[in-house]
Amino acid sequence: MEIDIRKEAGATVATMKGRLDAVTAPEYESRINSVVEGGETLLVIDFERLDYISSAGLRGLLVTAKLLKAKQGKVRFANVRGAVKEVFDISGFGSIFQMDDSVAASLAALTDH
Amino acid sequence: MTHDTKRFAAIIANLDAVSAFVEECADRFGLDAGKKFGVLLALEEVFVNICHYAYPDGAGDAKITCIDDNGLFVLEISDEGRPFDVLSRPDPDTTLDIEERPIGGLGIHLVRRLSDGASYQRQGGQNILRMEFKR
Repeated sequence: MEIDIRKEAGATVATMKGRLDAVTAPEYESRINSVVEGGETLLVIDFERLDYISSAGLRGLLVTAKLLKAKQGKVRFANVRGAVKEVFDISGFGSIFQMDDSVAASLAALTDH
Repeated sequence: MTHDTKRFAAIIANLDAVSAFVEECADRFGLDAGKKFGVLLALEEVFVNICHYAYPDGAGDAKITCIDDNGLFVLEISDEGRPFDVLSRPDPDTTLDIEERPIGGLGIHLVRRLSDGASYQRQGGQNILRMEFKR
């Protein structure tokens, strides 16, 4: 898995590529959680190039969301599609997270208010 | 009916090798990409569970068997750890919001939903989990 983290339009955009599984989830958690602990409250996670996610990955996403919620922050997910979307739907994550069709749409939704 | 079996040390670092073995079997047995995704995900959930819980007092193996049974692709995963029926765990409440959602408990829910049938047996000192996938 690769994670690219960049600042864009007043938020942080994290682009994930490859597999978010039991092997890679600890790296995801340490990278993303350090962004949140560094004070970021607006986060977009881009799933466009992520082609696999397991419960270990879902757990990591939930931890991120809980951390942000505790700091009155917000996270939106962009480009959740295909098999990854199916895993979200089966686990009920599809209805607890805010999802958008593009990073631009996620950024607009986060910074509009 | 053909099958292929391999043993792996039950450690998370072996996940890539375990997945590669099952993926190779799935390709050889002619499983389509959508079904293969479900098989590999169910595999990870069960294998990781074994790594975490089967051998609290030390090291052990997981034995992975792929069976090509006409209309079915069967994945059988066994360990020699403490007796534990992972299917006896209740399903998590998937309707809870972010604050109430417990961390974890989703893996077996995914196994139940992605397979077309799962059963547990304790036999000869082994936990044997059998998952069937329709083509």
